[in-house]
Amino acid sequence: MYTTLILVQTLNGLQFGIILFLIAAGLTLVFGVMDFINLAHGVQYMIGAYFAFAFTTWTGNFGLGLLLALPAALVFGLLLEAVVFRHLYDKDHLEQVLATFGIILFLNQGVKVIWGSSPLFVPVPEFLQGSIQLMDGFFYPVYRLAIIGAGLAVAALLYVLVNYTRAGMLVRAGATNAKMVAALGVDIRRLFMIVFGFGAMLAGFAGAMVAPILSVEPGMGDNLLILAFVVIVIGGIGSVRGAFLAALIIGLVDTLGRTFAGDVLRLFLDPGAASTVGRAVAPMLIYILMAAVLFFRPAGLFPVKR
Amino acid sequence: MLDTASPAATAPATPPPAAGGSAASAAPRPRLWRREALALALFAFFALAPALAQVGAEGYLLSLVIRAMIFAIAALSLDLILGYGALVSFGHAAFVGIGCYAVGILMAHAVPDLFVQLLVTLLASALFAFVTGAISLRTKGVYFIMITLAFGQMVYFLTTSLAPYGGDDGLTLPSRSTVLGTDVLENDTVFYYLVLACLVGVYALLRAIVGSRFGRVLRGTKENPVRMQAIGYDPYRYQLVAYVIAGMIAGLSGFLLANQLEFVSPAFISWQRSGELIIMVVLGGMGTLVGPIVGAMSFLFLEEILARITQDWKLIFGPLLVLVALFARGGILGFFRRAK
Repeated sequence: MYTTLILVQTLNGLQFGIILFLIAAGLTLVFGVMDFINLAHGVQYMIGAYFAFAFTTWTGNFGLGLLLALPAALVFGLLLEAVVFRHLYDKDHLEQVLATFGIILFLNQGVKVIWGSSPLFVPVPEFLQGSIQLMDGFFYPVYRLAIIGAGLAVAALLYVLVNYTRAGMLVRAGATNAKMVAALGVDIRRLFMIVFGFGAMLAGFAGAMVAPILSVEPGMGDNLLILAFVVIVIGGIGSVRGAFLAALIIGLVDTLGRTFAGDVLRLFLDPGAASTVGRAVAPMLIYILMAAVLFFRPAGLFPVKR
Repeated sequence: MLDTASPAATAPATPPPAAGGSAASAAPRPRLWRREALALALFAFFALAPALAQVGAEGYLLSLVIRAMIFAIAALSLDLILGYGALVSFGHAAFVGIGCYAVGILMAHAVPDLFVQLLVTLLASALFAFVTGAISLRTKGVYFIMITLAFGQMVYFLTTSLAPYGGDDGLTLPSRSTVLGTDVLENDTVFYYLVLACLVGVYALLRAIVGSRFGRVLRGTKENPVRMQAIGYDPYRYQLVAYVIAGMIAGLSGFLLANQLEFVSPAFISWQRSGELIIMVVLGGMGTLVGPIVGAMSFLFLEEILARITQDWKLIFGPLLVLVALFARGGILGFFRRAK
């Protein structure tokens, strides 16, 4: 029984980590390549979820909805880049915080105006409904497995793109020294635009994928944004590989911590105190982890060489 | 404040005086006076506001002004490390929260005395600032932003799990703090002037700190830490002291906030609140002491005015912030200084 719980929670943690990776991948590239603090990255995840909802309702098919939500998220990201972000690259971090915070306010309220403030639900597509038996007495929802699979596929695709294509080479070069890349004759603005649009699409994809298992509501990206920042800082800003590893660590630590912190503490404390302390410590675990990582490795686990 | 006039002379024999003086030049006299004039005008406005409110408007206006003054104190404290030290703390609301919860928890244990509560507030926020600052200041730039965010989130989640003190829902206080056993703070006018006195006191303290040798070293570290190190200063120690001072002042603002609302809640500590404090400082004009006050006032007043016009005021407020970031370098103060 207990082993099953551990297995289920490990898979849940993995699935959460994959979603975090999809959000963090774009964030770490935008941050690493353009040195741009984009607090509005979380709302792009939210927008993806709302697009998935809107298109699924419109077409009556989640697959089609997802397929339409992706280009919509891309176009939306490019639009934001052209209207606002493009003008912020030369500003300092504080002005970027100010502007992107303003965009969070605007878009959170915007979706409230359009879709209302009550949570919306997207049905799980029919062929991915139900659970499958992975082991004796161990069932797991198919859809969550599908998220893990899709996420891993995207991670692999990203790995190939970043490491084996010309655009990926420029992105890596940009993360190391954007000025030098520009000096060598690369249109850095266009590179920024591509990275930005791609990051927005990945975040939108994450939002669309979780729409059937979480409620779609205004502000749903706010807390994930902070988690994504934790991920990219632990992984090393600008490193996709670091973001992948850190996202899985954070997903697992957070999920397992919330379930088992009390049980582990019971080994040292009496049951009452253990559950109280466990409840207090569990949500703090990832931040403690982050502070510890930064204490010992001030530039994250996989620092990008500059 | 006298020592602003003689930058090098006040520095005791440590480094060569010439180098100490060149690291941070004091502002020329007239400009300083003009800035002081703006601060005095603001304080005069605050001092007269209760009288004006009695003529026309309702009591809620006064509570709005109190709120603005409390957040001005918090924003001022953030500006000490952000504007003068270039340390972008994204977890500053944690200190406000520590002040709030010091009041709330002591109240719950029937210790309503103002002086005890204030002492605990200042000690707790100083201790938290010292420990987290000592760790955070090992990192630089963006990593500093993120590690302070992490500590802020820790305090946030700690307060949500404080089940005996309300947990997620927050804690309603039975009354305001008592002064020597009397409940004089229940009188809104008395409380108003207490907050104003704190604001003026904090302003004067920070003006003295910024103008002192310590303040010039801090600004020097902001401009060029390597050079400061080369001429014999240890930036880490100065930044840590500034971080602790800023934390204590923010704790004070939390103490006042809890007393004003007679309610404390984890919502005061969420990362959005820390973001709002940064925005107040940047909006008003960082690296000036009037800026944070102007920023806190504009932020809260604008929010109030827009919320009266439409329920969806964030649709207007959000783009306004974007416009300020794009076109008003140096915030509101910078904008007007250029317009002159």
